Amino acid sequence: MKALQKIQSRFVPIPMENIDTDQIIPARFLKATTRDGFGKNLFRDWRYENDSEANPKTDFALNNPLYSGEILVAGKNFGCGSSREHAAWAILDYGFNAVVSSFFADIFKNNALNNGVLPVTVSESFLQKIFEQGNEATLSIDVESQTIRIDATGEQESFELNSYKKTCLLNGYDDIDFLLSRREAITKFEKESA
Amino acid sequence: MGKTLFDKIWDKHVVEKIPDGPSVLYIDKHLIHEVTSPQAFKGIEQRGVPLFRPKQTIATADHNVPTINQHLPIRDELSRMQVEQLINNCSKHGVELYGLGHPYQGIVHVIGPELGITQPGMTMVCGDSHTSTHGAFGTIAFGIGTSEVEMVFASQCVLQTKPKTMRINIEGELQKGVVSKDIILYIIAKISASGATGFFVEYAGSTIRSLSMEARMTICNMSIEMGARGGMIAPDETTFEYVKGRPFAPKGNAWDKKLTEWKELYSDADAIFDSEININAAEIPPMITYGTNPGLGIAVNGHIPVLEHISDEGEKKNIEKALQYMGLNSGASLIGMPVQHVFIGSCTNSRIEDLREVAALVKGRKKSDAVKVMIVPGSQQVAKQVHAEGLDRIFAEAGFQIRQAGCSACLGMNEDKVPAGEYCISTSNRNFEGRQGAGARTLLASPLTAAAAAITGVVTDIRELI
Ligand code: SF4
Repeated sequence: MKALQKIQSRFVPIPMENIDTDQIIPARFLKATTRDGFGKNLFRDWRYENDSEANPKTDFALNNPLYSGEILVAGKNFGCGSSREHAAWAILDYGFNAVVSSFFADIFKNNALNNGVLPVTVSESFLQKIFEQGNEATLSIDVESQTIRIDATGEQESFELNSYKKTCLLNGYDDIDFLLSRREAITKFEKESA
Repeated sequence: MGKTLFDKIWDKHVVEKIPDGPSVLYIDKHLIHEVTSPQAFKGIEQRGVPLFRPKQTIATADHNVPTINQHLPIRDELSRMQVEQLINNCSKHGVELYGLGHPYQGIVHVIGPELGITQPGMTMVCGDSHTSTHGAFGTIAFGIGTSEVEMVFASQCVLQTKPKTMRINIEGELQKGVVSKDIILYIIAKISASGATGFFVEYAGSTIRSLSMEARMTICNMSIEMGARGGMIAPDETTFEYVKGRPFAPKGNAWDKKLTEWKELYSDADAIFDSEININAAEIPPMITYGTNPGLGIAVNGHIPVLEHISDEGEKKNIEKALQYMGLNSGASLIGMPVQHVFIGSCTNSRIEDLREVAALVKGRKKSDAVKVMIVPGSQQVAKQVHAEGLDRIFAEAGFQIRQAGCSACLGMNEDKVPAGEYCISTSNRNFEGRQGAGARTLLASPLTAAAAAITGVVTDIRELI
């Protein structure tokens, strides 16, 4: 996993609530056996008419040339539904390093963090303020201080991140390395609870 | 202060707690399938580590498999490759596989309980959100992502932050025609698709106690649809009776020992939950969804909310978009609306009891010419039972098509899809846009309500048929 410390970038707004993982990456794209290449199918059915790349839906934010950046901003309950980690892979592969919402579904949040995509939970009012910004606006996210700022107005909010996950993100460590280092303790636990 | 059922099991499985971080949670049983495991196998191979406890992982092929001609090679190349990769990975890493052609094959959440793999007091995970199903046995069971599947491969543990606890008490007798699917659709409609995010739910009360194991599984299955990490029910005589004698259940002395332990699995009388909800069973009607998340449900004879009456702007926009996708009108009733497809299957409602209920209703009746009806048993074992009880003849006479076991039209990864713009009453758990095929319009309901629509060809209040 690559380290993530700071992001300053424009953002892509999708002000919809309850965006489920079936929309983020539809089931028919789950047949791959690697983690790569999911970005081109991110939000596939919202992006293209009749599944055809020749017919992009122009009213969808990802197809709007005015929007770009490393940050996706979406309405509450983002990532609900299926546990498919492919959703986090698609978001990362497309080029997003953070998702901002007022509420995340649990499994998605874990999946995102496990892939170095930062889920930033902000208040509903802060989220609305972001949506009100123009397409030129940028956001600054700082992992160390756990803050997100709307650069143009200077308004900022802090977000939650436990110190274990923060260390992982800042240094690019992953959970599996950590768990592998604990195998002895786990074996001892197994013996004691047998 | 007393402990909740959740706490009792959780505390027993924590290897260590990371300061200001998650806990290292030990996993008793790990279920895998073809879709969310290949990258995890690849991951541990790249790290050069073996599976830590291969005997505690069990595999099946379900999401991608065709539901006709399972003895033939899978036609879709990508699906075939994924299933083949599962076979190779399992044999290479010493994991027991109940793949296509095996008598134990089936939807992962159907086979765990029916084989007795799922037992009270366990921790169980699977790379699939409906792992919550197994909570019906008094088990901490939850869905995980592929990185977490790799964690279990590497260490038999996952890193988990302890969720908050919620108890939902349901008391009293259900109305005629109301079954466990209606209970859970009612709860989700009441608290919304995100109403239990961050919580682990315990279902309790006299109504729950009176339900069979299979009915309890239907409820726990859909816990994830209100955002919960999982759902569980304290084990009781019904549970023990169900587990006893199944292929992987403990036998002899081991059984007696386990039974003593299992009898301690309940929330203490003075246990405190972070949230508690009370529901009167008598007020639950047969339910149906009209929108594109499982929280958008109404009584089958009720009305879709009137948009102008919704004060929350976000919710209004949401429902407006859902109605547009569904081709439905604000304030309308669904009763009498034609449907083109009926799907009876999925890990929510494809067990033998579901199929018996359906058979009892359709016996001697015929399906409407306007609908295609597909019944997909949850497992080979269920299919065998359907045959043994002669239910297949009842279905055939009614004009229902009966398929082979798998996830099927629940997520449309195989050929079983609903065409764009058509309506399907489905006993599955998700009505998301495109879930049953691009443009497909899904109405979630109980097996009874689905079967009623199969007969009449339109959305029907089951209470009028019984
Ligand atoms: S039946 Fe549907 S919900 Fe259940 S495991 Fe299969 S795809 Fe998932």
